[in-house]
Order: sequence, then C-alpha cells, then structure tokens
Amino acid sequence: MSLISLSGNLLYVAFIAYLVGTLLFGGAIKSSKPDGAVSRADKWGKLALIVTIIGFLAHLSYFITRWIHKGHAPVSNMFEFTTAFGMFIIAAFILIYYMYRLTALGLVALPVALLIIGYAAMFPNSVDPLVPSLQSHWLTIHVITAAMGQSILAISAVAGLLYLLKSINPKIQSKSRFWMEAVLYFGVLVIGFILATVLFKGVGYEADFTYIDTQKAEQEITYNMPAVFGMNDYTLLTENVMNPIVEMPAVINAKKLTTVFWSFIIGSVIYIIVRLVARRSILSMLHPLVQKVNLNLLDEVGYRSVLIGFPVFTLGALVFAMIWAQEAWGRYWGWDPKEVWALITWLFYAAYLHLRLSKGWEGKKSAWLAVVGFAIILFNLIVVNLVIAGLHSYAAN
Amino acid sequence: MDKKKKRSITRGAILVVLLAAIVYTVYTSATNDKVKVLQVGDKAPDFELVDLYESDLKHRLSDYEGKGVFLNFWGTWCEPCKKEMPAMSRQYANYKEQGVEVLTVNIAQTDFEVKKFLESLDVHFPAVIDQTKAVMTAYNVNPLPTTILINPEGRVEKIITGEMSERQIASYMESIKPEQE
Amino acid sequence: MEKIICVCGHENPAGTKLCGKCGRPLTEEAKSSKIVDMKYDGAAIRSKTRNKSMVDKIWNFFSSVKVGISLIIINLIAASIGTIFPQEFYISVSTDAEKEAYYENTYGSLGKLYYELGLSDVYSSWWFQILVGMLAISIIVASIDRGIPLHRSLKNQRVKRHESFLKRQRIIAEGPIINGDSANTLNLIEEKMKKLKYKVRRDGNALLAERGRFSRYGPYINHVGLIIFLAAVMLRLVPGFYVDESMWVREGEMRAVPGMEGYFIENEKFILEMHDNEKTENQELQGVNVVAKNYQTNAKLYKQTDDAVPGKADDLELVKEYSIRVNHPLQHEGYSFYQMDFRLNEIKAMNFVLTNKETGESFGEVHVDLTNPQDEYVINDQTKVQLLGYYPDFSGFENGEPQTATPNPNNPAFIFKMTTPDKPEGEVSFVAIQQTVEPNGDNAYKMAFKSVETRNMTGLTVHKDSSIPFLAIGGAIFMIGVAIGSYWNHRRLWVEQLDDGSIRLAAHTNKNWFGIKKDIDAVVEFAHLPKYIDQSDDDAEKEKEGDSTL
Repeated sequence: MSLISLSGNLLYVAFIAYLVGTLLFGGAIKSSKPDGAVSRADKWGKLALIVTIIGFLAHLSYFITRWIHKGHAPVSNMFEFTTAFGMFIIAAFILIYYMYRLTALGLVALPVALLIIGYAAMFPNSVDPLVPSLQSHWLTIHVITAAMGQSILAISAVAGLLYLLKSINPKIQSKSRFWMEAVLYFGVLVIGFILATVLFKGVGYEADFTYIDTQKAEQEITYNMPAVFGMNDYTLLTENVMNPIVEMPAVINAKKLTTVFWSFIIGSVIYIIVRLVARRSILSMLHPLVQKVNLNLLDEVGYRSVLIGFPVFTLGALVFAMIWAQEAWGRYWGWDPKEVWALITWLFYAAYLHLRLSKGWEGKKSAWLAVVGFAIILFNLIVVNLVIAGLHSYAAN
Repeated sequence: MDKKKKRSITRGAILVVLLAAIVYTVYTSATNDKVKVLQVGDKAPDFELVDLYESDLKHRLSDYEGKGVFLNFWGTWCEPCKKEMPAMSRQYANYKEQGVEVLTVNIAQTDFEVKKFLESLDVHFPAVIDQTKAVMTAYNVNPLPTTILINPEGRVEKIITGEMSERQIASYMESIKPEQE
Repeated sequence: MEKIICVCGHENPAGTKLCGKCGRPLTEEAKSSKIVDMKYDGAAIRSKTRNKSMVDKIWNFFSSVKVGISLIIINLIAASIGTIFPQEFYISVSTDAEKEAYYENTYGSLGKLYYELGLSDVYSSWWFQILVGMLAISIIVASIDRGIPLHRSLKNQRVKRHESFLKRQRIIAEGPIINGDSANTLNLIEEKMKKLKYKVRRDGNALLAERGRFSRYGPYINHVGLIIFLAAVMLRLVPGFYVDESMWVREGEMRAVPGMEGYFIENEKFILEMHDNEKTENQELQGVNVVAKNYQTNAKLYKQTDDAVPGKADDLELVKEYSIRVNHPLQHEGYSFYQMDFRLNEIKAMNFVLTNKETGESFGEVHVDLTNPQDEYVINDQTKVQLLGYYPDFSGFENGEPQTATPNPNNPAFIFKMTTPDKPEGEVSFVAIQQTVEPNGDNAYKMAFKSVETRNMTGLTVHKDSSIPFLAIGGAIFMIGVAIGSYWNHRRLWVEQLDDGSIRLAAHTNKNWFGIKKDIDAVVEFAHLPKYIDQSDDDAEKEKEGDSTL
C-alpha cells in the first residue's frame, strides 16, 4: 500500500472511531451517575474516550503520512485544511477533557468534528503542487497555529451548545429555543450537503455548460448536481440532463448556488422526516441527554477555552500571518478578505472577553457568544474560502 | 494647584495628544498621494549625464550654476514632447546668449532612436539619455513631458507637466534668466 | 472631593464599592447582593468618581467599557463591509473612471453603489481611520482609569477582611474544624498553601493566601502592547519611514532603485519554472493547467560612491548578488526587494535575411539588436543595409511618418535602406510585423524576417519599513500580556479564626474556579476545615428554572 493510500485509510479509521465514540459518549451520559469533575467518567465514558484517542491517533497518523508524502504540511487546500481543523478540534477536546473530566463535551465535540471532516471529504483530496508564495515554512507554522487556536475556541462553542441544550427548556416557547433549534437545523443542513454530494457523485452525474463570465469571456463549467440555477448566458453541452430552471447573472456562481440548493433540500427533507417520526424538535430530543451536566462547570469550560485559545489564535492567525506576509509580499497587512476575517474573529473574541470581564456576561449570554464566535470561524472557513476570492482563497488559483 | 484641576489638565492633555495623532493620521493618509518628493523652492538634485553626441562631454547640473537651466524630460513615443521641441529649439537659440541652458533628458531609449528623432525634427539643443532612470527617479518625473525650471541659484523655480506653447516656453526661459550686470 | 468613610474608619474615594481596607460593601447594590462584584477589587473606577467639566465627560465616555465594546463591534462591522466586494487595490485598473466601470460591470448597480459610497476603499477612508483611532483612545483611557486604582487596591490589601466581605464571596465556608487542635489550624493552612505556591500573610487570627497576582496586570500589559503597535502603524505616515515602490527591469538592464538613493539593480536573468505534475482534481476544477513552481530574478545590487550624483554610472560597486524569489526577498540596509511580477519574451533582437524577392537568393543576415540599433549593417563592400528608422511599438503613420506608441518593443517596425550590387542607389523598405511598405514602388530585395531573440522582464517591489521594529515590540508586549492574563490567574483565600476556634473562609479567583476549588479541597482536607459551598451553583440552577426569554 502506498503512503498516500495508507494515509487515506487512516482517515477512514479516524472517522469511524469518532462515529463510534459519539455513540459511546451518548451511552456514558445516559448513565445515572452525576457527571463532572467530582465523579470520574464511568466505564462507558472511559471506553468512549479510548475510542476517541484511537481515532485521534489514526487522524494524526493520516496527517503525518500525508506530510511525509507531500514533503510539506498537508494544509494547502480546502480538503487538507478542513480535515486538519477537525483533528485539532478533537485534540482540543482531549486537552480540555483532561483538564475538567467532562464527558458530556464529547457528545457535542465529536459530532462537530465529524461534520467538519465529512464536509472536508466533499472536496478533492488531490495532492496539489504548491505555488511559489506558499513555499515557505511559515505555511506550516501559520496555518497549524491558526487552526489550533480556532479549534480551542471551537471547544468554547461546544461547551456553549451543551450549556444551551441543558438550560433552554424545550417546552416553553422562547427566542433562544427557536435559535437553538436553528443551530441544530444548520447541523442537519451540513449532513444534507454531504449526502447531496455523495449521492450525485455516486450516480456519476455530470453536466457541461459554457457561460459568459463577468469579464465577458466564455468559460466552461461542469456541474456535478442537476443544474437548478444556470450560469450567465449558459449553453448546455451534455445531453439527457436537466436544463437549468433559472438563469443567474454573471456575478453569481450558479453552480455553487445549485450545490447550496440541493444541500438545503436534502437537509430539510431529513429534518422534516426526523421531526415527523419523533414528533418533537431535535432540541427536545437532546435536552434530556444532558441533564446531569453542571452548568457552572460548562460555563467555566467555555470561558477557559476562549482564554486558552485566544492567545494561540492571535499568534497563529495574526502575528505569524503578519510575519509571513511581510516576508512574502513586503507588507505585513494587506486587507485581504481572509486577513480581515481573521481580524474580525479576533475582535469578536476580544469583545467576548470584555463583555465577560466587565459586563458580567456569563452563563447563557456567554454561551450564545461562543456559538456566534464559532459561526464566524465557520464563515471564515466556508464562505471566505469559497465565495469571497482573495490571496488565501483555496478555491481560486 | 488642587488635585482636581491637575487631573483635569492631565486628562485634557492626553486627549489632545491622542486627538492630534488621529487628525495627523487622517490628514496625511488623505494627502499622501499628492506629496511630491521634489517641490518648488527645493535645491535641484545634482546629476551627471553623458552628452548624446560627444561621449567625453558630461553635463553636470552643478556646472551650470549661475545659469538658468531648462530641464526637459521626454521620450520619442510622447506626442506632446515632440510638438514642443521645435519651439524649445528656437527659444533656446534666443536665450542661450542670455545665460539660459536647455538640457533635454530622454528616458532610457537607445542612442539610435534619439538621434534619428532629433534629426528628423531638426532641433538643436544639448540632449542626454538617462539610461538607468536615475535622474528621472531623483526628480520624481512621472508623466512626460515634464519640464523643471532651475534658477541660477540651483533651486527649482517651477515644475511643468504637459505640453508648453512657444509663448510659455519663452516666458519660462525669461523667468530663469540670470540678472545681467 | 467627597469621600466615603467606612465603618472601620477607612476613607475611600467616591464610587468605591468595597472598602479598601476591610472589604465591607459600601454601596446599596453591593450590600444587597449575595456575591459581591469583585472586578477591580471593588475599587472606584476613576471616571465614575467625577463628572463635571467637558474634558471629564469626554474622558468618561472613552473610559466606559460599554463604549469600548461598542467600538470593537463597530470596527468589526466596518471591516467586514470591506470584504463584500474586492477592494480597489486588488483590481487591476488604475483610473477612477475605470474603477467605477469595473464595479458597475462586474457587480451591477450594487457594485456601483459600493464604489460611490467609498466602500471599495474602505480601509483608507477617513471614517474608518477615525473609528480605529477612537478604539485606541478607548483602550488608553480605560486602561489608565482602571489599571491605576486596581494596582493601588491590590498593593494595599489587608489580610483581615470584614465578615460582610467574606460572606459575599462565591466560595465560602464557616464552622468548627472537623478534628485536631484548632490552635494549630492556621499553621496547617499556611503550610499547605505555601506548598501550593501561594504567598501567605497573617495578621493575628486572620490569614490571606494569594497566588498569581501579576496575572491581574496581563490586560493592561497587552493594552500597552496594542497601543505601541497602533502607534507604529501610524509611524509609517511619517516621511522617510516607509518606502513602497515598484520597478520593472529587463534582463541585462540596470535601473536606479526608486526610493533608495544611489543604488542600482541589475537583472541578470529572470527564471520561471513550472511544476511538472499531472493535472490534479483541484486544478481541473479551477481550470488551471500548470502550476508555477518558482519565480526568480538573479539580481545584482550596486551602489554608487558616496559623493556620486544621479546619472553617473561608471563608478558602481557591487554590493550584493542574490536570487530574489517569492518568500526570499533581497535585503540590504533595511530595504527589501520582492519578486512581484514578470513579463516573458519581450523582443530583444531581430534577425533578417536580405533576400532577392524573385530568386529567393540570400545575400546575408542582419542582426538588429533593439537595445542598440546601428546606423548601418555592412554585409560586404558592395552590400549593406542602412537603418533609417526604428519604431519599437509601431502604431501607424502620421503625415507619412511612422509613430511609436510606447518605448517598449511590442510591435517593432523598421525603415531599411538596402544597398546591393545591382541596386547601388539603394531601395527603401518599411518593415513591420506582418506589414511591409515599399514607398518607391516594387523593390527587388526584401528584408525577410528570420528569427527573434527575446528576454524577460521582472517586476520588483522595493520596500523599507522602519516601523517594523516598533511593531514587533508592540506585538511581543501584547502577546506577553495576553499570555499572562490568560494562562495565569489570581487566586486568593481569606481565613479568619473566630474566638471559639471555628473557621470562616472565603476564596476568590478572577478566572478558573475549577482550579481554586482543587486547591481549597486540598487545604480543607489537610487542615480539617469545614466544607465549603459555591454560592453561584444554586444561581445557575435557578436560571434554568426561570428560562423563558433570551
């Protein structure tokens, strides 16, 4: 087996281990003992953690073998960066677990990591050559440190989600109940995206088009999903495939919009089925699972993860980024969209810390802030990379 | 002074300093593009370029002290440069005796092109080529033609960008003419 | 100035929440709360103490954390607006009209609006700079306002605190010791806390154990770092601090370096290398055929002698020879040269063959070096070619004269005069790419194009940024401050032994309650102290019950 296929298989192992780990954490949490620092995790919890660590080691081995194969850190395209992000989330979870022995965190952290890895797997995992600007040891240092910072910050969102799952009463109508359900619905949409991609890839769907881009030049594009939205002034080249229903102006990438559309449709269908079968909201399904966690402890875990993650993020996403930019382009700051969004993330967490310190935003407010912070991180990962083009964009050249 | 007043003054001072810093920042960054390296009244940077025709004749600005120098930057591709050249040539013939020196600086073209071009226009004034663009850089020349008027004291009298009419050329030469004893 | 005099007799400045000496709550709010607000240790925030003159009002505005947080959020939103469409400096057009057209054509009327509102260059707009400046003022003022009183109250801490202070802490315990000699309890606590690396002070029957006080200074240190950083960014605007120029140099050419007086750079060779991999899936998706591997300029940096003047190029001294690549700039005396751009295959020389049109017979070759064209090219004593005109970027005729649009050989054109044994008076021919004009009718000879020699051009940027050391200092101080404030925490334990030998205990930390509880668990066991309670635990439970609105 070649190194690169071994690497791929290790990633599968990690994925399955996390999946099993999630189920085990579910079992651990259901047991009758109170959770938290006072009592150590019971047998289920221990098993869940062992499986998670096995998964993490496999994931780490994937990372290292791919690194050896490529000769540089595997963080240079969307697939690689996102899988690494998933890995660091698991690492951060294990770190925080050993600080607080809070088994319940696994119940959220693992599914979040699973969704992220699943999302990553939808991008080509090809080994791409590096353009000159990326050929620097700062690629390794900057990207890995930034991803670590983001992952630790993500754990605060994990704690926040748990906090909200417990503290929001699913029986009483409230704004927070609505938004919490919306967050869960978003998670289902990510599953929808993964399913849509896998499904259409599975049947080998392809449709070729030509279209006119914003610079009035003719371009070719291949859709891997039935084209609901057509590119500007498109011409369909493939026979026996769906003709686009709506044509979009040149500034909108109709292919990506189509992907969003199908993810939305499939995700929504899953959500509706789940609700019809269970006859209740996802929140009310999860709410009873987390009744034994200590809210104060969760609040502290959330805060501590921001405290631990913020300096790491600053170092990786701003300081190292500036040093590299100075070395590569001669200016440490260029207002590139990715840079700006790193700054926005940083400013947001700075606001979080100030609100917490001086305005006493603790508990639920703090939990919501952590969730919003994670949303910004995801926005940076997904939208900025794929929609807003810039120097960092993995999607553009 | 009582403590209250003292504190108020300290606070006021800090605020004023910070405010000044912001105003300075906004002002300079708004006017940044317009700040020229070379300005009227500045000492004209000295330079030395080899004559187009005689390779051992060197034109050094400092050698012309006491004379007015009409420094013209140009290129063969530049239409307005071409148009103002015959007028410059005629006026130079007038003002040469009155202590005005014309020096035309071509921007990094070949000897062949410059010679053929000047011959075809039948103009006569000293010409040099700025091979490395060093003089162009020192004078911060951007659009062509640019003419720098240097007075007998060696200071920049005026910076003209764009084409000049013959009347303008005459009046510019007049303005840098040294005082006659 | 009005003062608050505590029951214990200590004079506190107006606005103090907790007495600086004994810790008694002084405000109604503090008195009625179950757990006191310990931020700034209850010291009076300076701005809260007075509110009179205009200066004080402005000062208080910037001192407010609420204002500070609002400024952070406003800056955040303003920065995000700039990422909706690309900023002007990322689009490759130069004039304002072109820019406007670009935004309108590419993004429609929204793009036009974006441009008209100035959002396409938002980061250099006056209002964005003012927002950042206001945030900076807020950081400075708020730090002065809070840091100094906090420092004072931490420095002047008393060991003994009043009951009302202790009882309002989050972690409290009160009761007799579980077993052992109560006379020895404080000694045991001291011993254990010292082992846990606390500093212990005693005052009669009271004890204060404290650890990591310096972490309280973390936020102020990082704010100082931030301010130094922002000031350094401002320094860039001071003339001479910042040089940012770009230049094009062809292979074999030497150019004066703009912004770096007396220096010249020579481009010996420009190298472009491509990866030779098979097209990957990502390349397929992006429509990229080959990926660049290396952009490199083999450059030589020269310096004039110190007394030399511009233009004099015969006394240059080689300073440095370096291969400039992306990520590997040439650096010299604070200046850096970056590989930024390139243009390939500009025509450098052209080869022609003097040919008889009819027979196709060749009379010899003429090599025209465009960097140094000659008046005539002699083939033999009866055959020669004279060059009457050279137009590097031929753009058409005007009054019968060929014109050039630029000095660059994009479309070279020539006027040749061919002298041959059978046409000794010569034939004139105008030769351009894919165009030949013979002004005197039909020539017998032609200059047949044979081949070209090309050269590459490199685009370099020249930078000098003297503010970098200050930025680095600011950044380092910021990182140190953030690390201190984040990774260490301030823990305090107050113990008082009452007359009957029982113990009253309270503990506080600015963060990491989990950690301090472990310490207290240890000391409770070691010194047989009564069990403590966390007063906020039931609060959290209550919040759960009462959940109905956000």
